[in-house]
Amino acid sequence: MTTLPPSSEKKLGLVIDLDICVGCHACVVNCKEWNTGGYGAPLGDVDAYGDNPSGAWLNRIHTFEVTPEDAPNGGQAQIVHFPKSCLHCEDAPCVTVCPTGASYKRGEDGIVLVDEKKCIGCGLCAWACPYGAREMDPVENVMKKCTLCVDRIYNDNLPEIDRIPACVRTCPANARHFGDFADPSSNVSKMTAERGGMDLMPEMATRPVNKYLPPRPKTRPASERELAPALAPRTQEGLLGWIDRALEKLG
Amino acid sequence: MHPAVSVIFFTVTSGAGLGLIFCLGLGWPMPASPLAAFLVSLLAGGLTAAGLISSTFHLGHPERAWRALSQWRSSWLSREGVSAILTLTLLGIYALVWMMTGERVAWLGLLISLFAAITVFTTAMIYAQLKTVPDWHSALTPACYLAFALAAGALLAAGLGTATTLIGMPVAILASAALIVAWTAKLLWWNRAGTIGFSHTGSSIGTATGLGGLGAVRLLERPHSGENYLTREMVHKIGRKHAARLRRIALVTGCAVPLALCFLAMATGQPAFLFLLAFASLMAGLFAERWLFFAEARHAVSLYY
Repeated sequence: MTTLPPSSEKKLGLVIDLDICVGCHACVVNCKEWNTGGYGAPLGDVDAYGDNPSGAWLNRIHTFEVTPEDAPNGGQAQIVHFPKSCLHCEDAPCVTVCPTGASYKRGEDGIVLVDEKKCIGCGLCAWACPYGAREMDPVENVMKKCTLCVDRIYNDNLPEIDRIPACVRTCPANARHFGDFADPSSNVSKMTAERGGMDLMPEMATRPVNKYLPPRPKTRPASERELAPALAPRTQEGLLGWIDRALEKLG
Repeated sequence: MHPAVSVIFFTVTSGAGLGLIFCLGLGWPMPASPLAAFLVSLLAGGLTAAGLISSTFHLGHPERAWRALSQWRSSWLSREGVSAILTLTLLGIYALVWMMTGERVAWLGLLISLFAAITVFTTAMIYAQLKTVPDWHSALTPACYLAFALAAGALLAAGLGTATTLIGMPVAILASAALIVAWTAKLLWWNRAGTIGFSHTGSSIGTATGLGGLGAVRLLERPHSGENYLTREMVHKIGRKHAARLRRIALVTGCAVPLALCFLAMATGQPAFLFLLAFASLMAGLFAERWLFFAEARHAVSLYY
């Protein structure tokens, strides 16, 4: 059913900490690996080992440069690595445009999924998404998207520590967190409140569940310090101090 | 946006077919013989159906296209499928009665006109509903689709029909008026598209990344060195290269030539072939216009690339 469910009791999603992400792409690779063997058809590639490889990925990392307004007066530009996957929006426009009912949002936990057996591969959902979260599989010709690793998070066959999305499990810097945004005491809700977690393109009125934590402000020392204080000459004690003083006297 | 040939062919061809169905339903006088009734209905239904069938060619799974009829409550694409099939079914009944009895049932005619218009409207709404593509997200989009369908249908009806005057006016004048209305709407649409940017929502690379508050944001590195589905489908730029030239082609073949042929028809007793020539020229112009409709449109996801 491509009408949206009433607001769900659980709102599962991710917090992505832009202050911490180092842009290693481990989450990208582990996402591809898990989702090639898990839910639905494998994530296809075309010309994977050729000159022009291309394929479906559910998570991609862009890298942006931010130049502050006070850059001419010494303000420092920063590099921000920016992982992007489905935000599991509450008002998901990709769901309501679907003509077949293949694209749906689950009432029980808010996860947005594609029923690949119903998908006709028209691509309209990808057009409706402002974030570029959906990609057509080049081999199966059905729409692929982040499932929030629905086949991990409820999977009793996995050790409990692994019952989180693959991207979160693999992140070596701990920049990704998984939890329930409907619960104000959850880790993700607390982080969002403490760090000013933000929506991407809030003006598109999609009400994303996933939140991004902004990079912490760059700190600068109050006064100018020497670059390498160890290199500055210092009065020495002992033999070296005596040599220093003796040489100075020689002029 | 990537201009898929099957979708361009679909919107132009089925638009013309539905325009003709609209004119037929309103009772545009046609030759009386059952054969003429059959051929005219076949042409109107055939253009519409050819467009619909071609639109399934861009699907990943055309064999599942029937599923698209299920979500008419929420999806414009589904509504389009449903109303197109209803229109064609009603046209079939209308054509059968027309061939068997020689009578064109007025109330059924009004119904097929209504459904033809609804179908064109739903097609346009597939694009106009997308907040992610500001060029399309406007009431001018359905206005253009409806007006172009009417202009194409009117030229075709003028060429096939027997009427020289309708509602007190020569059909050449009526067809010219439809052309002028359609291209006026399109000029307004182009004018809006040229200035809108992402101003309708205020989106920018700053809001897309949420980093705008920290300073000026620019893309340093793409996620990958090659192209992907998103860049091919939505960050498509090649089609814009010849935009100015294609607009001139669209205006000349789609507007100036058909108008000139209509005026020539006025002066020469409205021979049918001039209207058919004008229709062919309009269709050529509309292919260029529809190519640009896709190729020039910018998608919000391009802010990330």
